[in-house]
Amino acid sequence: MNTGMRFKGAGLGKKVFLAVMQLVMIGYVILIVYPLFNMIISSFKTTKDIMQKPFALPVELDFSNYVYIWVDKGFGRYFLNSLLFTGTAMVFVVLLGSMAAYGISRYSFRGNTLVYMFFLSGIMLPLKAAIIPLFQIVKGLGVMDTPLSVIFIFIAMGLPSTVFILSGFMKTIPAALEQAARIDGCNDLRIYSQIVMPITAPSIALVTIYNAVPIWNDFFFPMVFIQSDRFKTLPVGLSSFIGQHSTKWNLLFTGLSIAIVPMLVLYLFMSKYFIKGMTAGAVK
Amino acid sequence: MINRRKLERAGWIAFFILPGALIVFTFIILPLFISLFNSFFNWNQLIRTDFAGLDNFKKLFGGYPYRERFTNALGNNVKWFVVTMLVQNTLGLLFGYLLSRGIAGAKVYQRLFFIPVLFSIIAVGYLWGLYLRPNGMVNSLLESMGLGGFKRAWLGDGDIATYTIILVNIWRWVGFPTLVFMSAIDNVPVECTEAAVLDGTNEWQLFSKIVLPLIVPSITIIVVLTIIGSLNVFEQVYTMAGLDGPPNYATDTIGTLFYRTAFGSVDSGAPEIGIGSAIAVVIYVMTFFVSLGSIVLTKSKEVEL
Repeated sequence: MNTGMRFKGAGLGKKVFLAVMQLVMIGYVILIVYPLFNMIISSFKTTKDIMQKPFALPVELDFSNYVYIWVDKGFGRYFLNSLLFTGTAMVFVVLLGSMAAYGISRYSFRGNTLVYMFFLSGIMLPLKAAIIPLFQIVKGLGVMDTPLSVIFIFIAMGLPSTVFILSGFMKTIPAALEQAARIDGCNDLRIYSQIVMPITAPSIALVTIYNAVPIWNDFFFPMVFIQSDRFKTLPVGLSSFIGQHSTKWNLLFTGLSIAIVPMLVLYLFMSKYFIKGMTAGAVK
Repeated sequence: MINRRKLERAGWIAFFILPGALIVFTFIILPLFISLFNSFFNWNQLIRTDFAGLDNFKKLFGGYPYRERFTNALGNNVKWFVVTMLVQNTLGLLFGYLLSRGIAGAKVYQRLFFIPVLFSIIAVGYLWGLYLRPNGMVNSLLESMGLGGFKRAWLGDGDIATYTIILVNIWRWVGFPTLVFMSAIDNVPVECTEAAVLDGTNEWQLFSKIVLPLIVPSITIIVVLTIIGSLNVFEQVYTMAGLDGPPNYATDTIGTLFYRTAFGSVDSGAPEIGIGSAIAVVIYVMTFFVSLGSIVLTKSKEVEL
């Protein structure tokens, strides 16, 4: 809606309001940037310094906390596990989600709405409340304490919103495009993969960030389903610090800094498309 | 020939939809029915014993300690919903409007506002837990600004602990409604707003009479997601306060109560699968009907262009 009708020539009341809002927004930016900054500088400090001089900069850029937590505390393995589980789950979320969205939005058939509602109901059914049956199902499938247990659940976690967002977008693609491809002899799979998917790219960026972040950060399901240390993920490694009486804050902050890096990188790379994807009619 | 083509088409539909549907069925829909089934039985730890009818629900709503715990927890979930709607979503709508209208710095704000969502809940819990300690950063900042009178035990005082956790959660999430509303307002057709401005509408009228009615669908989405989020609060309380909702259950929610029932227990110290499943069923039913109610309610306010 930004059409050059800016807040020019505004009256006094409006100017004051805008100034106040600028202050609020700048205040919020500080509240975002400072904890991030504080977390990272604290990872170069000692616990004593963090507690006694929380605002001070570190004396030197000492990476020993990183080496210790990465190697001795096993965070290198946790990091790799998190990357692997999140990556695998996201590939299937995007693949199966876009396929289902394509099937729902580009074919009209009896029961179409029902199938759509079936996927949508997944948004309304909280997975955490299903932990007892999930426990029984995971056990029944024989994947308890293996990476597959959490990967399955992560895929299920991401599918409903992916189908919702992508089918909303795919509905807006003109049918003429598809017919032209069909006349050229494309089959349905090629129309999906070579015509529809490339146009859907901004919305794919949206669902990727929307789902990868909670999956990467989830500690509930790995905590319940994974016992072996070799399959543990970053958030689970970090949650082991909870409730310890003599928390090693310097190591904790180091772990937290490591955990946020991949999401920051993903977001910075995709944020342009992410915002475009929202505007492209994904969440109208 | 026609039948073959029909069959082929049906085959393609199945090919695209079935794999995803199978996963959603196994891990989302099926557990709903298993929960319902489990809630009608008595359990000895992890072993199902005899049919219990509605006994588990009666225990949940009927007597000590579950009724007290449940009503107390539900009350906190309601607080989560009301405060999130009033503070987070109002702020999100305001931010979204200003960003869409191109307030100075909009491009920078729209990128930065989503960053707190990237923090894991564990990080949020630790960081703010540390800042909000009695001798933590927040209180020392208040002290140094001469506002020592406002110092509080933010997480230790039962009267404010829940609100403190809610505010931290709002800190984390406000960027989401902001971006949703921003993109919805971006999609309001230029002709509508331009015509209104030429007619001499002021900013408030433009916002309330033109923009607001046209973005009702995205308001519905945000309200429904807020309902779902508020009824499922768990990690926030777990990481900032603890599983028991301290102090003295002041921060307890249905999510933490459910977890304690299913894994640790409120009553005897053993897992109570029956009562836990009953709580799960209640969560499902509430989430579903409250979401449905709000969809129906906002649907009636929707306008077609």
